[in-house]
Amino acid sequence: MDRFYVLLMGFLSVVLVNNFVFTKFLGTCPYLGVSGRIDSAFGMGLAVTFVTALSGTLTWLVDFYILTPLGLEVTRYICYIVIIAGAVQLVEMYVRKFFPSLYDAFGIFLPLISTNCVILGVCLFINIWGTNNLLEVVVLSAGVGIGFTVAICIMAGIREELALADVPKSFKDAPITLITAGILTLAFMGFAGMIK
Amino acid sequence: MANDSDNKAGLYRRALLTGLWRENPTFRLLIGMCPPLAVTTAVKPALTMGISVIFVLVCSNLVTSLMRNLLKSHLRIIMFTLNIATFVTICDLFLRAYAPRMSEILGAYVPLIIVNCIIIFRAEVCASKSGPIVSILDGIGTGSGFTIALCILAGIREVLATGCFFDIRVMPNSFVPWLAMRMPVGAFVTLGLLLGLANVMTMKKES
Repeated sequence: MDRFYVLLMGFLSVVLVNNFVFTKFLGTCPYLGVSGRIDSAFGMGLAVTFVTALSGTLTWLVDFYILTPLGLEVTRYICYIVIIAGAVQLVEMYVRKFFPSLYDAFGIFLPLISTNCVILGVCLFINIWGTNNLLEVVVLSAGVGIGFTVAICIMAGIREELALADVPKSFKDAPITLITAGILTLAFMGFAGMIK
Repeated sequence: MANDSDNKAGLYRRALLTGLWRENPTFRLLIGMCPPLAVTTAVKPALTMGISVIFVLVCSNLVTSLMRNLLKSHLRIIMFTLNIATFVTICDLFLRAYAPRMSEILGAYVPLIIVNCIIIFRAEVCASKSGPIVSILDGIGTGSGFTIALCILAGIREVLATGCFFDIRVMPNSFVPWLAMRMPVGAFVTLGLLLGLANVMTMKKES
């Protein structure tokens, strides 16, 4: 029960309190670029969640069982990148073969997200947090993906309304989106302190 | 960049200057937006970040340009990324050895240069199509444009959040620091306003 509690708190922490988009600014590019419509934002979020969970776990395993015992920490970043690119490719091939309808839904986003900073960010932060338990790593990396999905969907919802608003010409698109995002982070600051 | 003009000096100058304003990655192209938001609480980390990006960009542009005839189109992106990851590792280890405090402040954002879109974008658009000298100049230009953008943003945020610039006090003692500028909201709103300002300036220039 105690362990379950720790996992739940960790999960809530990365989804709400330490949301990667709002507190660490990771994944800002797709956040500003793709979040024009809710359904495409949701597709992107799902794809990212899938890949973060997979690559976060894989990189942790490689780090813990191969790189650290062999003293090869210097090659860490290169290994991470290769693993992420491989995972994205694998997921893309698998989904195309076995779930063609799902592939149609978020297929276009898959190749794009290998250079999404959220993915590499998860791998790096798991390393920085010093997590040393496989279950925790899986829960945290999936949680980061879900936090990203939450953020990008909220933003897409606001932007669908913003499209109708009368914004000064020079503040259209990116500037107003950034300011909206700023106000949104204020709202999410309400969660700060809820969990350490 | 595929320009037929044999005026080499003009080509070099254009490679160097385009990135400064006309194709400024932060203000005009809106790519690589994570570091401008994350490391700009003060000018020092922003400057360190900018210099790191210039170093990585110049090195990766040079190597990409030298191997541009060997690139296979379907393996292109992974080649770029591996190449970038190597230089980022060098940069990270260097910072950890010679500027441990900076390295601590920047934390995971130095390795995150690997997935910064600016560097892959320049490799794809410029370095894989042009010679080493143009690529190096392009790296310096784009990197400087990025650094300037970072420093402007960091300068505004540092002055308003602490009353200091580059750790030197510039505001009168009665100035009350705006704590919000230190927080994520300060980053988003300041960058949003700056982008709006950049748009206003561009429109004025055009009309």
